[in-house]
Amino acid sequence: MSDGVIRAAHDVLIVGGGGAGLRAAIAIAEVDPRLDVAVVSKVYPMRSHTVSAEGGAAGVIAADDSLDEHCYDTVSGSDWLGDQDAVEAFVREAPEELLRLEHWGCPWSRRPDGRVAVRAFGGMKKKRTWFAADKTGFHMLHTLFQTSLKHGEVTRYDEEFVTRLLVDDGRVHGVVAIGLLTGRIQALTAKAVVLGTGGCGKVFPFTTNANINTGDGMALAYRAGAPLKDMEFVQYHPTGLPFTGILITEAARAEGGWLINKDGYRYLQDYDLGRPTPTPELRSMELGPRDRLSQAFVHEVEKGRTVDSPYGPIVHLDLRHLGAKLIDTKLPFVRELCLKYERIDPVHELIPVRPVVHYMMGGVSTDIDGATPLAGLYAAGETACVSINGANRLGSNSLPECLVFGARAGRAAAEYASAAGRTPAVVEAQAGDEVRRLEQDLLGRGPGGESIAALRDQMQAAMEEAAGIFRTGPTMAKGADTLAELQERVGNVGLADTSRSFNTELLAALELANMLDISECILQSGLQREESRGAHQRTDFPARDDERFLTHLLVHRESDGTARVDRSPVTITRWPPGERVYGR
Amino acid sequence: MTRSGGATTPSRGTPTPSGGTPTGLRLYRPRVSTWWWTRKRSYLVFVMRELSSVFVAWFVVYLLFLVHAVGRGEAAYLRFLDWAASPWVTLLNVVALAFVLLHAVTWFALTPQAMAVRVAGRTVPPVHIIAGQYTGLVVVSGFVLWLVTR
Amino acid sequence: MADSIRLRVSRYRPDTDPEPHWQEYDVPLRKEWTVLDGLNHVKNEVDTTLSFRWSCRMGICGSCGMNVDGEPRLTCATFLSDHAPGPVTVEPLANFPVVRDLVVDLSDFMAKLPRVKPWIIHPDDHRTVEPDVEYLQTPEQLDAYKQFSMCINCMLCYAACPVYGLDPEFIGPAAIALAERYDLDSRDRGERERLDVLVEHDGVYGCTFVGECTRVCPKHVDPAAAIQRYKLKAAMETVKAFLLPRGAR
Repeated sequence: MSDGVIRAAHDVLIVGGGGAGLRAAIAIAEVDPRLDVAVVSKVYPMRSHTVSAEGGAAGVIAADDSLDEHCYDTVSGSDWLGDQDAVEAFVREAPEELLRLEHWGCPWSRRPDGRVAVRAFGGMKKKRTWFAADKTGFHMLHTLFQTSLKHGEVTRYDEEFVTRLLVDDGRVHGVVAIGLLTGRIQALTAKAVVLGTGGCGKVFPFTTNANINTGDGMALAYRAGAPLKDMEFVQYHPTGLPFTGILITEAARAEGGWLINKDGYRYLQDYDLGRPTPTPELRSMELGPRDRLSQAFVHEVEKGRTVDSPYGPIVHLDLRHLGAKLIDTKLPFVRELCLKYERIDPVHELIPVRPVVHYMMGGVSTDIDGATPLAGLYAAGETACVSINGANRLGSNSLPECLVFGARAGRAAAEYASAAGRTPAVVEAQAGDEVRRLEQDLLGRGPGGESIAALRDQMQAAMEEAAGIFRTGPTMAKGADTLAELQERVGNVGLADTSRSFNTELLAALELANMLDISECILQSGLQREESRGAHQRTDFPARDDERFLTHLLVHRESDGTARVDRSPVTITRWPPGERVYGR
Repeated sequence: MTRSGGATTPSRGTPTPSGGTPTGLRLYRPRVSTWWWTRKRSYLVFVMRELSSVFVAWFVVYLLFLVHAVGRGEAAYLRFLDWAASPWVTLLNVVALAFVLLHAVTWFALTPQAMAVRVAGRTVPPVHIIAGQYTGLVVVSGFVLWLVTR
Repeated sequence: MADSIRLRVSRYRPDTDPEPHWQEYDVPLRKEWTVLDGLNHVKNEVDTTLSFRWSCRMGICGSCGMNVDGEPRLTCATFLSDHAPGPVTVEPLANFPVVRDLVVDLSDFMAKLPRVKPWIIHPDDHRTVEPDVEYLQTPEQLDAYKQFSMCINCMLCYAACPVYGLDPEFIGPAAIALAERYDLDSRDRGERERLDVLVEHDGVYGCTFVGECTRVCPKHVDPAAAIQRYKLKAAMETVKAFLLPRGAR
């Protein structure tokens, strides 16, 4: 370990130790063991938010299923904004990746004959969701993490927070990171950097996302000059527990759960999602896509048919008819979460739920190999936007996305790093600037000034108001004004904590700055998209407009810090835009 | 309400500097108190169970004395009985019996954890294993009783 | 119910404090608030210098383990109302070196974990297996190890284990449970390799079967059982080695 500005040099540096980051690390270790790979993450890898994924991972394996059907479900689910070449590659490689995880020990739930079992999921026409009870993400992450331990040559920097990408002449050369335990701020240079830092649900007040999901990778890339894509598309999951926002998996509905309003009525039948049947029908009713289900909830609120709770209006998820045996074998975590956090037993009682911010369809714009327009920078997982999810992601597509594109980004980064030249000396000066910024401007600042928590609350309130399930031009413009004001004020936050060791106040200040940049991108993209598509529903432009908006929106950061939005085409191969039909 | 184990002061220990730099880690390593086992009922029961092995050993020694005395003839055996009836040996044996019972009960309770018994692909419930042990104990004790009193 | 409750929090800032001391905060007592919500209230509204780890607040990431009223707990799943009227003492997890406030150093566990080889060991490397072939595993075979695969590495078992407290060399409950998880997996052939590690002096024989690890485990993993089964396995191996000629083992 060096005490200079540059602490270590690697070939490939992976930022983020969740599903995508670990898959990338293992891919590189297997492709070329001579490459020097490191994973830097602000938490221990097994704390990454992949751990919270519950329902499952989609991959075609059943005899009656086909790759084309998975493609069609994904493309129509995306409201035709997904890039179809990427979707085809994803669907083709997802089963291989899931089988690889099987070989690595993932405890997939099984059929009596020992084959991997699959379950139904929202927006999917066939049963193709692999699952490990309802702790799929937990088991996948721990399998990946434990398998990564086999590769002792992969260096890990646990609990180190990356504050900046080092860029020279349009190429990425490494990062500056704070070691949380020691407070040491140093550069880690690398020929290629892969971002796998997950989503940014924390820009909203009510989210299933963990405390760590502050969009760090998106902000790093954006400031370094890489554009963000499809940022206006924010997924609301229809079933979160009130107050905590804890997710109740879609698998609860796939196994037969019903959504009912205050009259005990399965209200989804009023929203063109099909007719209620006693047992679940694929692509119908409770197994419709998440955007449509969350929108139906808002209409129920308007009709006064929801139940009032201390934490706003709710509806109920009814699992009682499924019985204790099925719930305990297929949905044990749902029962555990309800018992522990709501003190209700879903075997006998209704579960209160409401829509909750869950996933960012948008992210760092990449090609099909995870490469961003910035040379040497790659991204995968929720941080990235390839895009396979378009305007709305289907449940159980995100876990295999982490694997497929984590592996692809890893391999591409390895190839790039093998050919890349030396790190230029100018990088050291850049790193020195960043160290000074952090040490003098932030750590030396002292108490007083703006409160981080207060600014964060105001940002979250502004985003909920402006970028909720339904949006309008004026509310988004007003939200953007609030954000601009907050951007001014964030420069004056006070830092009472001057300690080097595990300074979570410093961390919170840096995360807040990241979230403000991302919030701005979400609203700027949203303002430009004058149509309603998937998760982006504008009451002032209620129809989809393929003429003007069958296109991705890219947000670039200008040198003066403002956002510029431009367009890039959607790739259409075999599925021309059509109507999204569910339940018919 | 009362709670076990609530510490009254932060545990004592020593900070351990590593390097003199301002960014060097200075971890605080708490020391384990000599009386740690009095903090929780479960720790206390554990230490008592460990202690019970001394009394198990005592019974072995006692048995050896008995065998030795029997081997040396009737007089020696009677001397042994006199000695065994002395108040302090009786007291010791009563205490030892209590500890041996504790030993047996706690180990019986722990057995299901140490041995996963699977019959026809299904795990046998812990209560059945524990019940099996007590049944075994009763059968063996009955046999011994029969052997002694017949 | 009173409308506030006192938290007695252990503070330690290595830059300035020679040793930990108590600091008290009054936080709102609401029925849905956990100890973690109380700490976040302090962090956001009262004292921004308090440091602690947390992330998922749904009991699956394993970050927020602390000693609450002397018991190792996940603070996201420990309700303030269950500790009313208070005060509630909140300390860093016992048996670990303290980095700062409620943050402990986990590097010891992170170094021990790879030693038990917690990955599938199989003569057929996955790259040599056809990509469309899965190893068959019946629900009963899955059931055999499932329980031991539920560990979230929250470290509560280490904080509860007096053996680990007295001898930090002891490899510890979670690591041994993970070894057992892979041993019991029908796809694994690495039992022998792991046993070699676990019969060393800092392995399973360090455990004196206190059983606290199992009692505090929030995921019902039962590490104590894993350790005892390992002892049994090791004993059988020793007996076999003693009785059987080399080839027959």
